[in-house]
Amino acid sequence: MADFLTTHRKIERNITLLAVLAFIAVAIGGIVEIAPLFWIDSTVEKVEGMRPYTPLEQAGRNIYVREGCYACHSQMIRPFRDEVERYGHYSLAAESMYDHPFQWGSKRTGPDLARVGNRYSDEWHVQHLTDPRSVVPESIMPPYAFLANREINDLDMGAHLLALSRVGVPYSKDDITKANADLALQGDAEADPSDFQKRYPKAQVRDFDGDPTRLTEMDALVAYLQMLGTLVDTESAAALEQQSEAKK
Amino acid sequence: MESLIVRTAAWLGVVLLAMVGIALAADRGFAVHMGIVAAAALVVLWLTVSRTDYAALARGIIRSPADPERYDDDPIRWGVIATVFWGVIGFLVGVIIAFQLVFPALNLSNEFTTFGRMRPLHTSAVIFAFGGNALIATSFYVVQRTCRARLAFPGLARFVFWGYQLFIVLAASGYLLGVTESREYAEPEWYVDLWLTVVWVAYLVVFVGTLARRREPHIYVANWFYLSFIITIAMLHIVNNLAIPVSLTGSHSYSAFAGVQDALTQWWYGHNAVAFFLTVPFLAMMYYFVPKQAERPIYSYRLSILHFWSLIFLYIWAGPHHLHYTALPDWAQTLGMVFSVMLWMPSWGGMINGLMTLNGAWDKIRTDPIIRMMVAALAFYGMATFEGPMLSIKAVNSLSHYTEWTIGHVHAGALGWNGMITFAAIYYLTPRLWHRQRLYSLRMVNWHFWLATIGIVLYASAMWVAGITQGLMWREYGADNYLVYSFVEVVAAMKPYYLIRGVGGLFYLTGGIVMVVNVWMTIAGRLREESPMGQPAFDPAADRPLPAAAPQSAE
Repeated sequence: MADFLTTHRKIERNITLLAVLAFIAVAIGGIVEIAPLFWIDSTVEKVEGMRPYTPLEQAGRNIYVREGCYACHSQMIRPFRDEVERYGHYSLAAESMYDHPFQWGSKRTGPDLARVGNRYSDEWHVQHLTDPRSVVPESIMPPYAFLANREINDLDMGAHLLALSRVGVPYSKDDITKANADLALQGDAEADPSDFQKRYPKAQVRDFDGDPTRLTEMDALVAYLQMLGTLVDTESAAALEQQSEAKK
Repeated sequence: MESLIVRTAAWLGVVLLAMVGIALAADRGFAVHMGIVAAAALVVLWLTVSRTDYAALARGIIRSPADPERYDDDPIRWGVIATVFWGVIGFLVGVIIAFQLVFPALNLSNEFTTFGRMRPLHTSAVIFAFGGNALIATSFYVVQRTCRARLAFPGLARFVFWGYQLFIVLAASGYLLGVTESREYAEPEWYVDLWLTVVWVAYLVVFVGTLARRREPHIYVANWFYLSFIITIAMLHIVNNLAIPVSLTGSHSYSAFAGVQDALTQWWYGHNAVAFFLTVPFLAMMYYFVPKQAERPIYSYRLSILHFWSLIFLYIWAGPHHLHYTALPDWAQTLGMVFSVMLWMPSWGGMINGLMTLNGAWDKIRTDPIIRMMVAALAFYGMATFEGPMLSIKAVNSLSHYTEWTIGHVHAGALGWNGMITFAAIYYLTPRLWHRQRLYSLRMVNWHFWLATIGIVLYASAMWVAGITQGLMWREYGADNYLVYSFVEVVAAMKPYYLIRGVGGLFYLTGGIVMVVNVWMTIAGRLREESPMGQPAFDPAADRPLPAAAPQSAE
């Protein structure tokens, strides 16, 4: 014991030694836990159906982030019977592989939204976002009526997709150059979506906010909510394989 | 003269650059932020060129005594004022958002005051503005005393203080404008992060520079905690905020990581914001102010070494317990749980070292409300660091995660431990920094103590009941094998608890306002006429020998 105190005396008389040892002590845990996630299979494997967000969905996602929706809504279904019955199949790692940043959340003041896509109509979402208590009287959600008045036509989604591609989202050059056109196209029920949907399978093309004359933040947010959890067919073989892989 | 011209030109350059930023801004948030930067630079520019001695003027306003030969205490005085100011703002926003959950109309139907935007304002105001200012101020105070040296780089120390305030203003206004990275407790966008990095490096330089000037051979234990806090926060802040901005003149950026990797990086940061912002440096405050106020030496030097190294080593591993049963691999979750449970021991090592310091001075809990605050802080620290490991056990977490229980846990720690120890330090510091005989009123400290304690008890118990209720209702199955409750029924069931929580917060806020008055009056040099605390009144009637003993019983 005396020995250990003598050794420590050296450390506590020397700033550099103290600082370096403290840094080593705090660096180890993070390296051991985080670094492997960048190469082990279960966390980097793709599942069938996953694709990057369309420009309109990504714009909606940015609104979701901006308004702090994650403070009350999770997007991570845990593998418990009650959660799976309430919200749908439990969330897979690959389903958030293009999420910069992730939106798993930490609190459920409101319900989980990981698989909310296609569960309600567009009209329900617009009405609910505009005045939550008009459709759910007990709701304590803030109203977001202002979204319907904000046009997003001049949003430069090309720049956003370029930044996302720099952090590893596989957008093609084509996707980036057409981003601003794609943004408008997805909210337009009259447009020809064949090329767009070839690049973004399962993308839903229509007027989301009930006002076909304008492309608004409401369009974008509803487009995002309506695609959440709809890309991966969780019952399909690829997904099952990933699940057994994760269990190993 | 030449240096004045250079400095003026430099500040003018900053103003012009910020103006260009406004003109080219890709979004409203960035434009407003550049406006704030331009205004700040204009103020500094004016201070540079004006002949008026604003430093002296400012010292007059805060009634700062001159201390040319003693320690450099001016930045600490400003720090005390900033801590009290931001503390009350943070509590107030907390009370508002608590009541928003009871009365949604308080969201006020506009984009700036919704719960989603106010919530990060609350968390950052209390953690970084209230806590951060307390930490910077106390660290500058403690490092000078324990090293018996004046602060190194006085100019840089002032830059740290004012630079940090600019960071707070940019972060806070950003949240209301919707400028956020959505990383909990690290929400500010890329350029605000860069600014904080600059300020933080300056902080490290001032702190280490002062340590290097020490006239004591040993570095006092409080300074180990402060040093590891500054270093680790730098590491966490830089790694967690790695991002690519969309445009150099826009506020938006995309995280360098995605999905699972992003989640674990964030919670590695998030948990260690609790560890290295709200625990380690507050223990440093404990290691200085508790022995000082109790006038007793630290209980055990050996224990302080053991618990310091084990605490900082183990804490870093605990992050994954925020991601139990998610898509994070099982092994990482289990590691996080095991290390969290192990953390219980070094945490209690710190609590024991603090409490046992009162050996031989326990009577002061009755007579000295500042000691009472410190003891309550340590008791809440002990409770929160027992509850934390318990919540990190996967079986418990499966019930508690996503519920109000977590919120209750955090606030037991934040209001009880961080709040109380900070209030105690403020009450210790204020009369000493302004060379006053004593605080304006010790009885008001007592009032503050009880208001805060009642507030915490209401808050924590409401959230415990709410959280467990929520968790049980979500998983409740009926005899027919169907879920019993719809989600919104659970929301409705929370209403009474949310109300009690809000009232608890109101008590805590009231205590904070009592503190503002007390600190304000102390600075103003007033002394409240009041009977001293804990001094029993003299009763001449009782001051006599015991009456003759009763007749002795026959033996």
